[in-house]
Amino acid sequence: MDQSPTQSAPRPGAMTDQPRPRADFLKVVDFNFYYGKKQALFDINIEIPERQVTAFIGPSGCGKSTLLRNFNRMNELIEGVRHEGDILLNGRSIYDRQVEVIALRRSIGMVFQKSNPFPKSIYENIVYSLRIAGVRNRSVLDETVERSLRGAALWDEVKDRLHDSALGLSGGQMQRLCIARAIANRPAVLLMDEPCSALDPIATAKVEDLIHELKREFTIVIVTHNMQQAARCSDRTAFFYLGRLIEFDETQKIFSNPREKQTEDYITGRFG
Amino acid sequence: MNADAGSVSPMNSSSARTDFLHTATSVSWRRSLGNKVLNVLCAVLAFLTLIPLFSILFLVLKNGLPLLGWETLTQLPPVSGTTGGGIGNAIVGTLVMVGLAIALATPFGVLSAIYVNEYAPNAPLAHAVRFVAKLLTGIPSIISGVFAYAVVVLTTGSFSAWAGGFALAVLVLPTILLTAEQALLGVPKTYREASYGLGATNFQTIWRVVLPDALPAMMTGLMLAVARAAGETAPLLFTALFSYGWIESLNEPTASLSVLIYNFSTTFDDHQKQMAWTASLVLVILVTLANVGAQALFRKK
Amino acid sequence: MPDSALQSGGLREFRKGPDLFRALCWLAAAATVAALVWILWEITAQAWPAIRRFGLEFLTSDKWQPGRNRFGVLPFLAGTVSSSLIALLLALPLGLAVAIFLSEDFLPLPVRQGVRFTVEMLAAIPSVVYGLWGIYVVIPLVQKFGLWAVAAFRDIPVLNVLFGKPAYGNSLLTASLVLALMILPTITAISRTALVAVPGTLREGAYALGSTRWEAIFRVILPTAAPGIVAATILALGRAMGETMAVAMLIGNSSKLSWSLLSPAGTLAGLLANQFAEAADLQVSALMYAALLLVALTLLVNVAGEAVLRYTQKKTAGVR
Repeated sequence: MDQSPTQSAPRPGAMTDQPRPRADFLKVVDFNFYYGKKQALFDINIEIPERQVTAFIGPSGCGKSTLLRNFNRMNELIEGVRHEGDILLNGRSIYDRQVEVIALRRSIGMVFQKSNPFPKSIYENIVYSLRIAGVRNRSVLDETVERSLRGAALWDEVKDRLHDSALGLSGGQMQRLCIARAIANRPAVLLMDEPCSALDPIATAKVEDLIHELKREFTIVIVTHNMQQAARCSDRTAFFYLGRLIEFDETQKIFSNPREKQTEDYITGRFG
Repeated sequence: MNADAGSVSPMNSSSARTDFLHTATSVSWRRSLGNKVLNVLCAVLAFLTLIPLFSILFLVLKNGLPLLGWETLTQLPPVSGTTGGGIGNAIVGTLVMVGLAIALATPFGVLSAIYVNEYAPNAPLAHAVRFVAKLLTGIPSIISGVFAYAVVVLTTGSFSAWAGGFALAVLVLPTILLTAEQALLGVPKTYREASYGLGATNFQTIWRVVLPDALPAMMTGLMLAVARAAGETAPLLFTALFSYGWIESLNEPTASLSVLIYNFSTTFDDHQKQMAWTASLVLVILVTLANVGAQALFRKK
Repeated sequence: MPDSALQSGGLREFRKGPDLFRALCWLAAAATVAALVWILWEITAQAWPAIRRFGLEFLTSDKWQPGRNRFGVLPFLAGTVSSSLIALLLALPLGLAVAIFLSEDFLPLPVRQGVRFTVEMLAAIPSVVYGLWGIYVVIPLVQKFGLWAVAAFRDIPVLNVLFGKPAYGNSLLTASLVLALMILPTITAISRTALVAVPGTLREGAYALGSTRWEAIFRVILPTAAPGIVAATILALGRAMGETMAVAMLIGNSSKLSWSLLSPAGTLAGLLANQFAEAADLQVSALMYAALLLVALTLLVNVAGEAVLRYTQKKTAGVR
């Protein structure tokens, strides 16, 4: 009932003949953001390229997470927030009156700092976003579960216990489950808010490998405190400080030869 | 229902992604509508529950206020068929029996709480006390009346204020005990360590450091117990019974507000019915005062 | 002075205080535990003549005839169970709706606090005042509804039994309606605690996957809080079973069994309230037997509720 013809249309083409990646897939224009009276973001302008990994770095309170949470309008769950300016996804404003928040969030997946699997089975966690859309076709659900778990490099570890509670997984597995859940819907963008901050080094390495794999299909924005992580797994890096975007460039360039003094001070560990 | 709904989202191919925001809006309008309907429904249900409460408060005020006056508060109840009179002896009776209950139950409740929290938190007896207190809160109030009837009325051979007070004491014991335990739990551990560090004994620590700090919270518990006991009727029905005269000793049947309301509300005498409403108003005020007092003490802490 | 207190004799003298105090506390704690045993023992002892005479037939006989020394509590047992269950059926959706309303941000905080205060106030109103209000407001309403229902459902199977003639104001339905109102605060308070305890990260996760508010509530928040809500329900059931005054004033206190919601019925607690003051001999014993049943019933329900609540606390501890 509630799907439009465009969506029921068969998939044209495979992964290989994708259109050319857009350089301004996610575009932020003159963006200001306020929590009540307090301004958290100042005149942000940034263009995030399609199917690359973009890292947001900066000291705590610099606004990197706030900006991330504006991409899928999660900030609107907080009372008394306000924004100016615009954010465009693939050329279209996410604040367009025609765009519904729940639709936007289906197109932009998010992984949180602390893994948050629902107290349901592994299977039900993954198909959650399909279930709320009214998908009942068993084979579609099964297919999605396998594809997402493979995509999150978790399939081999859990394929024999898909119907066990997700709460029985290890911390690293839980976080990868949350990634699988976020990509089950094939979002255009995957937002990651310090996804490894609660994980041990081995689990972190697995998630970082995963990020490399995922960027072939998804546009990834990752907020991180860990500069080695930004250097290891991102293509471009944005440095934020006190609510402003200080510098945005190729990751290699940011780490080897930053333009701004503040950036250099931060990445060399002089503050933060 | 939508068997083919399977083709909705997971199959969003990469090339179809170009216009995903457009298509998504049309998918979700019905879900959004359902969401809005439920928002309204939930708020309506929540406000629906307020109607009975306002009805109760309104009627208690409307029917209770006309007779509320000095005479009503100080005179003896009207016998059926007469006018005038008041609820003076019932107010006194309620206060006396609530006082008795608190006096009887407080030592047991507070000392048990001290044992459970300060002396032997993990002893079998402490676990038993906590478990029993929980069970006692769940026992119907009328059972404490049945118990008091068996223990006091049957042995002394008469209904009395003692029996009523005893029944109410059994009723409020768990309230006092559990709130006292919470109060003791609220005392910072560092206070005790500091006291022991200065060479104080167990008793000195409890008596001079822990109890003074826990006192406001314990008083909150006592006020809650007062509110609970004052409003109870069932335990008094066949322990204190009722009386049309002033209380002269604790060994005779004694009037209480709640039993007066019960007796007078089920008669055919219109004046007595009116009196039941006035007694209800007084009782609600009393209980509310006790509850507000408890809240105020709690805030102070 | 302080020096003399430190003399060995003085100190020993002084330390007797604490030991004595500890003994006193132990005694009080033991007495509290003994109280429950005492209650059970005393009621059982008083009920013994009736237990010996009627045995389990007491539970299955529907004849309560003090004049002939025949006692059976089946109608009251049935009334206790059915009035509580009906009350629960009515109060659960309403109480849950209020709990959700209070734990979500539909309306500004002051409005929600107002509603919360009001619901808490419902809990503070004495049972006997509910009874008085019920006599004045609910009985006439149910009577009107009853007359209509009897006529309207006359030819519909099942409904014509549940709403059978004759329609009284003092009825099972009246008592259940007021009971529902009385247990609502219990359900709301415990459910609200369970809902608030659901970690915010789960809520965020559900929203981030594109849930609407109610999809998040029905699919994530309620299932996570379910054990706490079940506990609330069970504890409210216990409360409803033991509730005495309002029920005694509204249910009609009949010992006749009937399938109709509109006919008078009776409950165990109501039976005790009505007959104890004027009972003698075997009737007292039979009433004690009835009291024992009521205790057993409510204890059972409460232990179950506590067990679920404890299980919940353990389980939600695992989520975080």
